[in-house]
Amino acid sequence: MDRNRLHNQVASMRRSLFDQGYLDDQFIQLEELQDDTNPNFVQEVVTLFYNDSTRLIQNIEQALNSRPIDFCKLDDYMHQFKGSSSSIGAKKVTNECTAFREYCNAENAEGCIRSFQQVKQEHAILKRKLEVYLQTVRQASQTA
Amino acid sequence: MGNMATQTEFHVLAVDDSLIDRKLIERLLKTSSYQVTAVDSGSKALEFLGLNGENEDEERNSSVESVSAADEDHQVGVNLIITDYCMPGMTGYDLLRKIKQSSSFKDIPVVIMSSENIPSRINRCLEDGAEEFFLKPVKLSDVNKLRPHLMKGITTKNEMQSNTNKRKGSEEIQSPDRTRPRYNELEVV
Repeated sequence: MDRNRLHNQVASMRRSLFDQGYLDDQFIQLEELQDDTNPNFVQEVVTLFYNDSTRLIQNIEQALNSRPIDFCKLDDYMHQFKGSSSSIGAKKVTNECTAFREYCNAENAEGCIRSFQQVKQEHAILKRKLEVYLQTVRQASQTA
Repeated sequence: MGNMATQTEFHVLAVDDSLIDRKLIERLLKTSSYQVTAVDSGSKALEFLGLNGENEDEERNSSVESVSAADEDHQVGVNLIITDYCMPGMTGYDLLRKIKQSSSFKDIPVVIMSSENIPSRINRCLEDGAEEFFLKPVKLSDVNKLRPHLMKGITTKNEMQSNTNKRKGSEEIQSPDRTRPRYNELEVV
């Protein structure tokens, strides 16, 4: 049956997101907060995250491009970014944020710039994976 | 009627400058059947409480537009405040201090959340009156720890009422200066 196949697909995608370290337990917390009264909670939070983090990325880019670099401001933005990514269980993204902040604390501009590329990369990868995953979840739930 | 013996609905004021964290905490609290008001800054929190930031004792709050929680009874509107520590402007710690310095609100339990595990920060908050300190991201198991603090507030205030059948909504329960609702012919004092 199509439905079983979809459900299996969802399960396997989900498992691999965790196994490969893209998501951590916090994502499970989000899933547990989803129910009939809030059937789209996970999607809503993920959407909020991507809207919010896109804004932060732009701010960070700008801060990295200005001279002299304001490391305080950078750290502030990254603190927010890290907080949000941690709140949705985005494990790899959060780890890259931590690495960035270390370069920031050391006022290492080069390090920050390189590290930020990693942050953006992980951010984009996860976004794609979550889009596909959540779409599959939706399809599976509609195929009753 | 239908609302007999329902527990008082607790009202939690959540303060966090992060949109995502506000959404999360709101959902966590609502899942636990709390009424929630979420604001994005300490100053908005104070405004909601009816404190204008100078620790004015807004006892009956008659002068305020009454949009705030301090409507019926200054101690009823909000049963617990949960706030992020790191916020621009007024930190969660600043907010804690202001609450504790207010004669109207000092008894409201305050819980602090932070993404950073800094023992000196945690200790300072607890020493200055915070009931709990949660590390972010906050989980359901953390929110479950709030209930005893909320229950404590209820029993000290109105022991009788928590045990009687309630015919009216929760707003009227703790308003000693309003018309006293009658519960089964008992007049609550």
